[in-house]
Amino acid sequence: MAAVLTAGPATVVATRARRRHRIRVLAFMSPWLIGFSFFFAYPLAATVYFSFFRYNLFQLRPVGLTNYRFLFKDPYAWTAIKNTLWLVVVMVPSRVLFGLGLAQLLAKIKRGGNLLRAIFYLPFLIPPVAATVAFVFVVNPGTGPINGIAAKIGIHLPDWFNDPAWTKPGLTLLALWGIGDVMIILLAALLDVPKTLYEAAAIDGANAWQQFRRITLPTISPVLMFSVVTGVIQTLQYFTQAMVAANASQGNADQAGTTTAPGYPDGASLTFPQTLYNEGFQQFNMGYACVLALVLFAVAMVFTLILLRRFHAFGDDD
Amino acid sequence: MTGTTTLAARPPAVGSPPRATVRGPRGRRLLYWTATHAIAIAMAIMFLAPLVFMFLTAVMSANQTLTGALWPSSWHWENFGKALTTDDGVMLRWLLNTLVYAVLATVFMLISSVPVAYALARFRFRGRKTAFVLVITTMMLPPQVTIVPMYIVWARFHLTGTLWPLIIPMLFGDAFSIFLLRQFLVTIPREYADAARVDGCGEVRTMLRVILPMARPAIAAVALFQFFYAWNDYFGPLIYTKPQTWTLAVGLSTFRAAHHVEWNLTMAATLLTVLPVIIVFFLAQRVFIQGVTLTGVKG
Repeated sequence: MAAVLTAGPATVVATRARRRHRIRVLAFMSPWLIGFSFFFAYPLAATVYFSFFRYNLFQLRPVGLTNYRFLFKDPYAWTAIKNTLWLVVVMVPSRVLFGLGLAQLLAKIKRGGNLLRAIFYLPFLIPPVAATVAFVFVVNPGTGPINGIAAKIGIHLPDWFNDPAWTKPGLTLLALWGIGDVMIILLAALLDVPKTLYEAAAIDGANAWQQFRRITLPTISPVLMFSVVTGVIQTLQYFTQAMVAANASQGNADQAGTTTAPGYPDGASLTFPQTLYNEGFQQFNMGYACVLALVLFAVAMVFTLILLRRFHAFGDDD
Repeated sequence: MTGTTTLAARPPAVGSPPRATVRGPRGRRLLYWTATHAIAIAMAIMFLAPLVFMFLTAVMSANQTLTGALWPSSWHWENFGKALTTDDGVMLRWLLNTLVYAVLATVFMLISSVPVAYALARFRFRGRKTAFVLVITTMMLPPQVTIVPMYIVWARFHLTGTLWPLIIPMLFGDAFSIFLLRQFLVTIPREYADAARVDGCGEVRTMLRVILPMARPAIAAVALFQFFYAWNDYFGPLIYTKPQTWTLAVGLSTFRAAHHVEWNLTMAATLLTVLPVIIVFFLAQRVFIQGVTLTGVKG
């Protein structure tokens, strides 16, 4: 860089080097630059544009704010918002707490720990469609083994995916089965806590709870925060399991992604992305689907910004 | 399963060093040890139970699956073959479609994302931080946000009904992979690249010959994640494909409806979808776990 300040041929060399550097950066970055513009920036702008139209792939008619006004009157949308909110409030914290519990357990176990870790992690990798179909069968009250075993020992389990009151708890249970990702991240965080801190605390006479409260929690809190925020963002897009559970328990879907009544049973499994899918790709109300997409974008963006504040620190390594 | 039972049979921490003086009486430690392991084993059984029942149901007769029986009265291994060949072998076609999607998406993703991650990790340029922030943003935002206009675009190109709308974007960088690779690449000391440059390597050669071999674990992780993302993806194929181009995920979701009471075939088909994932996981467990850790813990 000092070469820039000296006059003469050195300057020419420096500018040429800088131009070469710029071309190199551009070349390396070009896939993403194109991808970002065509597959993100453009469709986002187009979503805003189409939200002011009625559009069914053939006819494009400007309708002003009608689509936005309809959002407030659409009973499906409100059912879906309530359901998604339920999942955010219940499923996310249960997943983080359960993941923390399992991670704590694994951190304590020395021999056989690797095998247990693999067992707890495995269900996370199972394709969501397969996991959901299997889960719906296993807890099916009439024929499923789990409800069957429970009945034999005198526990009456609910009719999970056919009972509107138990559908979302059932989905939460399914999400707890797939805890792997949260558990691994929290386990890594737990193992990163310096052992000397615990030893010092033990000498000072701190009991297990005090150690957890005063040492573990503060040290892993950034990772906990990360799990909660990413969990919220994932739950906002919760789609596959809800849809497949409805189809599999209802058992009369003749086309992929079609249900006779959205959100079987009784709207209990209708999540927000599902209304977007129904409006946009079943009813072809694409303009209105764009309004729903923008709502999703706005909410997800809030949580993304929270996450970005955390990443800020390590995006900047100069 | 056998592994967990041997674990239960192991004698308690007899041989552990006598640090018990700090941690309290030995009896309490033993109790604590037993409780921890008992809970862990109970949990492990619960985690495996659905998979075990899935398998046991898959080898039952169709009638038996409706009785709530736990153990097959006769073993019908032919159910797996039946699941594969039913409806003119439709499942094999789904498998083929899934492989096309997963393999091409993974290869394309690597070609496009590695240079971007390299640039974000190594080069200094104006807008680098902004670019990185945008990568994270696109990684986090739900795919449903931009789906409507994208569908319209692909419909214009007459590519709806095919897998291409899911594969082509992978030629232009995948945000999650870029992010993960970049996180790994910044941990490689600059000196290696500098040394290569002194030896007269160009930037591309430095990347390919010096840095990428060191980044092999991260590259393996993103490749596996991408492959399984495509293997598991339901929303994308649901939007874009038609029955001829369905992937396993979409096809499997209709399987139950097509075979009303034949839970054995549904479970066999489900298990066949899950099996490759389980096998690869046990072969490449470390890659997965390192990869997940890399996304969440650093910083």
